[in-house]
Amino acid sequence: MTLDFSVVTDAWQSLAFGALGTLFLAIAGMSIATVIGVLGVAILRAQMRVPSFLVTAFVEVIRNTPFLVQIYFIFFALPLAGVRLNPTITAILALGLNGGAYAIEIIRGGVESIPTGQTEAGLALGLHKHEVFRFIVLKPAIRAIYPSLSSQFILLTLTTSICTSISAYELTSVGQRIEAETFRSFETYFTLTGIYLVISLATMWLLAEIGRRAFNYPQR
Amino acid sequence: MGPQEFAYLLQGLAWTLVLTAMGFVGGIAFGVIVALMRVSSVTWIRLIAIGWIGLFQGTPLLMQLFVAYFGLPLLGFNLPAWAAVGIALTAHASAFLGDIWRGAIQAVPRGQTEAAMALGLHTRSLMIDVIMPQAFKLSLPATVGFLVQLLKGTSLAAIVGFIELTRAGSIVSNQIYRPLLVFGVVGAMYFAMCWPLSLWGRNIERRMSAGVSR
Repeated sequence: MTLDFSVVTDAWQSLAFGALGTLFLAIAGMSIATVIGVLGVAILRAQMRVPSFLVTAFVEVIRNTPFLVQIYFIFFALPLAGVRLNPTITAILALGLNGGAYAIEIIRGGVESIPTGQTEAGLALGLHKHEVFRFIVLKPAIRAIYPSLSSQFILLTLTTSICTSISAYELTSVGQRIEAETFRSFETYFTLTGIYLVISLATMWLLAEIGRRAFNYPQR
Repeated sequence: MGPQEFAYLLQGLAWTLVLTAMGFVGGIAFGVIVALMRVSSVTWIRLIAIGWIGLFQGTPLLMQLFVAYFGLPLLGFNLPAWAAVGIALTAHASAFLGDIWRGAIQAVPRGQTEAAMALGLHTRSLMIDVIMPQAFKLSLPATVGFLVQLLKGTSLAAIVGFIELTRAGSIVSNQIYRPLLVFGVVGAMYFAMCWPLSLWGRNIERRMSAGVSR
């Protein structure tokens, strides 16, 4: 058995761009996911029957089917609906929808964790409705869900690797191209694994640091 | 989609279940070891477990499958695809279940350990008779949740080329040119397996939290 990592190190530039592609997919996907999450929770809280049911059904379907099947479905469904998107945009859409279902669950938990007495106390102290929402509901809610949202972001970053199945531009698809050209499968995927590990450890550290700085006021 | 194609999907579904079972059973066996190593009082044993968990939680399952699929033959193991995938899923599950059970073991109140030691129980008996039964109960919702993750995760074996449910779906879809129908059916099959498990997990969680927060 001879290992030859030179073919992989030679392609370091494509790998670096692939890693950027992965980060781009993750950040774009998470942005859409957060928007879907907030909208979904707003709809659930409006307590209208049909819209609430649709949101709940969306969450359950997404959470109980594999991402690979979802991305295939979207990839084939869009052209039939007359929408032509490149694979990378399709992947972002799929990641956003998938992450959105999880974001709804996380954000709902955060909003429910704020006792109504707190809002009433804020109003009684003469704060404006918007101030109450911003400082008394939103900030503690974000602080409460920040750890779960962070780990959701890491999970989404790792999930981007599956987007290679529709040839979106990201690290794994770059790796698959290198593998196809050099037949050095193990070396390629071993290196990719290392890069993913570095990405997720760095992201984890960064998010923890942001959390520490943004939410460092006392809990009680 | 005729009965023949449907039967082909069902065959893929059977493989999905086999892969899930392999990963889950193997994951339980090795996950217990990982969890015990993770709570060990010996530093280097604990560090190995931390590294193992971090490695599998910090990399995509797809990469883990690829590395096992291409790496095991390099080490001289000539394994069929299902075995390589099974080994990768087992290692993956051992890290995640190990971490879940580490949390559960640490969630058992400290007084339980102290009481057991005051009664003169050995470390072994303390773990097996006192801590683990309680930890098992506490960890049940998260464990069921991971089972759902694992079941969905087996779909990635399709990218490695293994014919399970998703791959069977791709093949049928290429044959009959009805991707939406085929992946709709495939998705429904996954849903039919995962949803009851999810509901069950949530049910256990609700019952337990009702007991805690009287």
